[in-house]
Amino acid sequence: MRRNGPLALIFHAVFVTVMVAPILVVCLVAFTPEGFLSLPTNGFSLRWFRTILNYPEFIHAFWVSLGLGALSSLVAVLFAVPAALAIARHRFRGRDALAALFLSPLMIPHVVLGIAFLRFFTSAGLGGSFAALIIAHVIIVFPFALRLTLAAATGMDRTVEMAAVSLGANGWTLFRRVTLPLILPGVISGWALAFIQSFDDLTMTVFLAAPGTETLPVRMFLYIQDNIDPLVTSVSACVIAITMTALILLDRFYGLDRVLAGKGDTGR
Amino acid sequence: MSAGAEEREARTPWALTAPALLLFVGVLLIPLAMTVMLSFHDWGQYKGIEPVFILKNWHEVATDPYFAEMFWRTFRIAILTTLLTALLGAPEAYILNRMSGRWKSFFLLIILGPLLISVVARTLGWALLFGGNNGLVNKLLMSVGLIHAPIPFMFTETGMVVALAHVMMPFMVLSVWAALQRLDPQIENAAMSLGAGPATIIRRIIMPQIMPGVLSGAIIVFSLSASAFATPAIIGGRRLKVAATLAYDEFLNTLNWPLGAAVATLLLVALVFIVVGSNALIERRYAEVFR
Repeated sequence: MRRNGPLALIFHAVFVTVMVAPILVVCLVAFTPEGFLSLPTNGFSLRWFRTILNYPEFIHAFWVSLGLGALSSLVAVLFAVPAALAIARHRFRGRDALAALFLSPLMIPHVVLGIAFLRFFTSAGLGGSFAALIIAHVIIVFPFALRLTLAAATGMDRTVEMAAVSLGANGWTLFRRVTLPLILPGVISGWALAFIQSFDDLTMTVFLAAPGTETLPVRMFLYIQDNIDPLVTSVSACVIAITMTALILLDRFYGLDRVLAGKGDTGR
Repeated sequence: MSAGAEEREARTPWALTAPALLLFVGVLLIPLAMTVMLSFHDWGQYKGIEPVFILKNWHEVATDPYFAEMFWRTFRIAILTTLLTALLGAPEAYILNRMSGRWKSFFLLIILGPLLISVVARTLGWALLFGGNNGLVNKLLMSVGLIHAPIPFMFTETGMVVALAHVMMPFMVLSVWAALQRLDPQIENAAMSLGAGPATIIRRIIMPQIMPGVLSGAIIVFSLSASAFATPAIIGGRRLKVAATLAYDEFLNTLNWPLGAAVATLLLVALVFIVVGSNALIERRYAEVFR
C-alpha cells in the first residue's frame, strides 16, 4: 500500500486540528485567570474550578448524572444479558423483529423519545421524578448494552460450556461459573458505554428533568441559554476529563474501535 | 420426555427475552402510541389539553407556512451537514487507513473520541470559537486571506452546519473506515501494476468500493442532524428554530403539547421513511457488496 503524500498529510493535520479545536478551547478557557471569556494568556488559574464549589446546583446535578448513569446502565445490562444470550444462540420466530425492537432507540430521535416519556410519565403521575429518569435512560442505553453483550456472546467458544455440562454443571451454576465470566468483558464494556451515553444525554433528559432531578448536561444547557461565562467552561472541562478517563479505560480494556463499531449487530 | 425437552427448548429464548420485551412494550411502544394520539387532541390557552379526536394540529402544521419553512430549514441543515461530513470524512478515513499501526490507532482515538464527549461541551467550544464577529475562526480565516469580512457564525445556519458537521464527523469516518477494512489492498496494487495513476485508482477502484460506507454514514449523519437539539439550540439561539427545538418550545414554553406532538410525530415519520427508503435503495444498488 502506498504512503500518504504531503497533500494528504496537510489535509490530515488541518482535519485533526479542527476536530480537536473546540474541545481544546473549552479546556483552555476554563483555566483563564480573568473574569470574562478569554484564553489564559497571562498564566493559568484554577479560580473558575473553585467557583464551581459556590454553585451547589452544578454539584447536585453532577451527583444526579452519576447516580442516573450508574443505575440505569446497571438495569439495562441486567435486562440485556439474557436477551443477548437468547438472540445470539437461538433461532426462533420473531428473533429479527425482537433485535430490531431492542435496537430501535438508536433510530428514534431523542426529542421524540423525550416527548413520549414526558407524556407517559406525566400521565402516570411520575413527572419529573428520578424513577422516571431511570426508566427512560434504561431504554436509551439498552441498545449499547445489548450490542456489546451480543458481540461477546456470539464470539464465545461454546465447547467450554459443553465441557462444563458434561461435568455435571447446569442452569444457574453453568451461567454463573462459565458463561458469565466468558462474556464479562463485553458486559462491562457495554455497561461503560451505556454509562457514557446516559451521562451525556441532553436531548431526551431536558424534557424529563425537573428542578432537583436536573442532570449535569441539562444544568449546563440551561445555564448556557442565559449566558456563557468561564464557569460553564470549567464545568465542561470536568465533564470532558471524566469522559476521557472512561474512554481511555474502555480503550485499554476492550478496544475503542470495537466499542464504537458495535460489531456483531444481529449476531450474524 | 423428548417432546417436553423440545418444548422447553422452544420456550427458552422467549423466557430470556421476556423481561426486556415487556419493558420495551410498556415504556417505549405505549408512550410512542400515546404521543401519536396526543397529536390529535385539542388544546387551548385556558382549557389545556382536551382528549378529543380532531385534525386541528395536523391542519396547522400542514397549512401554516411557518412550519413548512422550519421543516425546510431542518432538512436543509441536515443535507448540508451530511455533504460536508462526506466530503471531508471519507478522504480522512482513507488517509487514516494508510497510516502505520501506532499512528493509526492514535488518530482514530482522537477523531472518534469526541463521539463520547458531551455534545453540550463540544457545541460550547464552537460558540467560543465563533464568538461574535471577531471570534477566533473569523480572525484565522481573515489572516489566511480566505475571507475579507467576518462571516456571522453565531445565530446563523452556517454556524449550525459547521458545528453539527463537527459533532457528526466521527459517524462518517467510522462508517467509511468500516468499508475500507473490507477492501483488499491487493486490488490497489494490481491497478497500479497495470499502469493506473493515483487519481484513477481513487476514482475507479477506491470510490466504488467505499461508496456503500459513505452512503450508510450519510444516512446516520442525516437522521441525527435532522433531529439534533443541543447544537441548533445553542448556536441557533432562540429565533432560528429547527424541528427539535420547536417541539421543545411547544412542550416546555408554550405548553401546547398536542401541537408539539404533531411536529415530533411528523419528524419521526419523515425520518423513518427517508432512512428505510434510502437503506433499501443502497442495498439494491450495492447488493453484491453486502453479500
